[in-house]
Amino acid sequence: MSRRPDLFCLAALAFSGAALVMDLLFSDPATGIAGAPLFTAALALLCSVAGWWSWKSATTPGHGLALVVVVIGGAVVALVLLYGYGYAGQVSATFWLFILALWALAWRGIDCLAAFSSLNATRQRLVDTLIPVLFGAWLLFLWEVLVAGFEVPHVLLPPPSAIAARFAGSLDILRADFYQTFMKAVLAGYVIGCGSGFAVAVLVDRVPFLQRGLLPLGNLVSALPIVGVAPIMVMWFGFDWQSKAAVVVIMTFFPMLVNTVTGLSEAGALERDLMRSYGAGYWQNLFKLRLPAALPFIFNALKINSTLAMIGAIVAEFFGTPTVGMGFRISTEVGRMNVDMVWAEIVVAAIAGSAFYGVMALLERKFTFWHASYRQN
Amino acid sequence: MMTSVTQQPLVQPPAGIGTRLFAGNTGPVTVILLLFVAIWYAGAVYLNAPWQIDIYERAKVDWTLGDLVHETLRQERPVLPAPHQVLVEMNETIFGKRITSKRSLVYHTWVTLSSAFLGFVIGTLLGGLIAVGIVHVVSLEKSLMPWVISSQTIPILALAPMIIVVLGAIGLKGLVPKAIISTYLCFFPVTIGMVKGLRSPNPLQMDLIRTYSASKWQIFWMLRFPSSVPFLFTSLKVAIAASLVGAIVGEMPTGAQAGLGARLLAGSYYGQTIQIWSALVTAALVAALMVALIGWIERLTLKRMGLQP
Repeated sequence: MSRRPDLFCLAALAFSGAALVMDLLFSDPATGIAGAPLFTAALALLCSVAGWWSWKSATTPGHGLALVVVVIGGAVVALVLLYGYGYAGQVSATFWLFILALWALAWRGIDCLAAFSSLNATRQRLVDTLIPVLFGAWLLFLWEVLVAGFEVPHVLLPPPSAIAARFAGSLDILRADFYQTFMKAVLAGYVIGCGSGFAVAVLVDRVPFLQRGLLPLGNLVSALPIVGVAPIMVMWFGFDWQSKAAVVVIMTFFPMLVNTVTGLSEAGALERDLMRSYGAGYWQNLFKLRLPAALPFIFNALKINSTLAMIGAIVAEFFGTPTVGMGFRISTEVGRMNVDMVWAEIVVAAIAGSAFYGVMALLERKFTFWHASYRQN
Repeated sequence: MMTSVTQQPLVQPPAGIGTRLFAGNTGPVTVILLLFVAIWYAGAVYLNAPWQIDIYERAKVDWTLGDLVHETLRQERPVLPAPHQVLVEMNETIFGKRITSKRSLVYHTWVTLSSAFLGFVIGTLLGGLIAVGIVHVVSLEKSLMPWVISSQTIPILALAPMIIVVLGAIGLKGLVPKAIISTYLCFFPVTIGMVKGLRSPNPLQMDLIRTYSASKWQIFWMLRFPSSVPFLFTSLKVAIAASLVGAIVGEMPTGAQAGLGARLLAGSYYGQTIQIWSALVTAALVAALMVALIGWIERLTLKRMGLQP
């Protein structure tokens, strides 16, 4: 069976070939670092061999994995060259050609992996998580190499390694900030906001008039820049976490209200008729039919709100805090140009935000397993 | 909406204007709004009263409830300004000043809106481009899409001060840094909506266009893109609101020079509550207007395309 030659194999071959030629012909022993040119030459050779082999053979996942291993090896060597040999800041065109060849190989490897499809759900899921993880790792590598290779000032963009070092070095501060912002402000505001939104929605649901009046307004409110109330809340409730919680309450209230009201009208006519024929009262109807039917909407609001709550609390801290908190740290360290600390704080925010969202998604899966989106065909 | 048509009698009694108003959403919404304003007034009286009573007691004058209400609604720096105070301030700063003046709210709104709009346009183009890539390239879908989705869970707005200050440090100031924040806030919803939309043609339609032996390019322009338009507009409404939030938050770390965000910050520094509220109400109005504008364009477009009666 004849196949079209893969574009990325071709690119990998071309780049690594060029790197090889440049390295052997033009490497200047005076500026070159001892051993480095040979190193890149060997790697470029490896890349071209891998590219050649990949071109000749079929697109199988095992093949993709082999390419990934080659790319990881190449990436490690590139980092060793940069930091171990003091290559940073005086990298040659050869080095970038080598990186480009690696990039093409990586893409080819991902292509091979992405073509994988299996009836075995566990294997499929394994590959489907492996691909984005590899992609993310590649982006981090590229970030590191570009920043180190071009000597981008750390004030502008610190490399991931510097951020990781700063993260590991200031765990105490990060923990205190996390505790202040997340455990106090976000959680309190989230519980109060979602709880009151839910309660008001159940009340509103009893009065169709209110329902018709509030729903369009609630939808409108979701488009408004509510974070703007932050300065007012700081004036009213002081500098501590209470004012941040108040902002979070306002931000999370309306999505919960709108979603719950919509969800409560979600139960089908058939089910309603059935409940009526059982002679079910309002409360039985609510707890046995309508609330369960509204759960997907309620969880949707809970998930949206998990992100909104983090944003609300962090932005509110820009308007004044005691000297602790994620938003406070971000705004002060930016002022001191400690950009790696800001990035470390953002890593915390990202982890907290995703974990919060993940917990909500897990709960959703547990409670709405019956919903169409979770059923296997 | 929940109007149950089936339960109405066949021959309807002639409906008065009141009945007709309250059959739709207009009546209820108006009532709720009036209720909201009433609660606002009550809140203003309640929150501003302690300070006013303090003044009375220091001056040792007798006061009645009427006096109290009257005075609490016209303080200069109230805890909660009354709606009419906000309206008066807005009227003065919107219509009372030349629009080039630094004290004019129109000027500040324009500063915010222009960067929000620039970010919105770039973000939409970028988001659309990425969506096209994701739909057409399998490895992009598998590697990039999970990141696009999980990036929604990250409080990305926290990056805003850093972008502003760092770009400011290398000499990039004014419109562009704020537009960058708006860009990254609004490109995610567009990407996700467009991926959904570009995938929305059903298998029958895809099969049909394949039997015509259409190229990928033709499939895109004749089938995928037209069917994604409704999704696009839904995302655009989310995106314009998000880009406005991005621009407002982006104006805060620069030390309050111009824009609605700067008005909020300056107001909070100097305790000018009326100024904060008028900036806030203006921001809300602008956001609502922008969303309504896109809704209007949506209706026109969908009508032209024959997607909506």
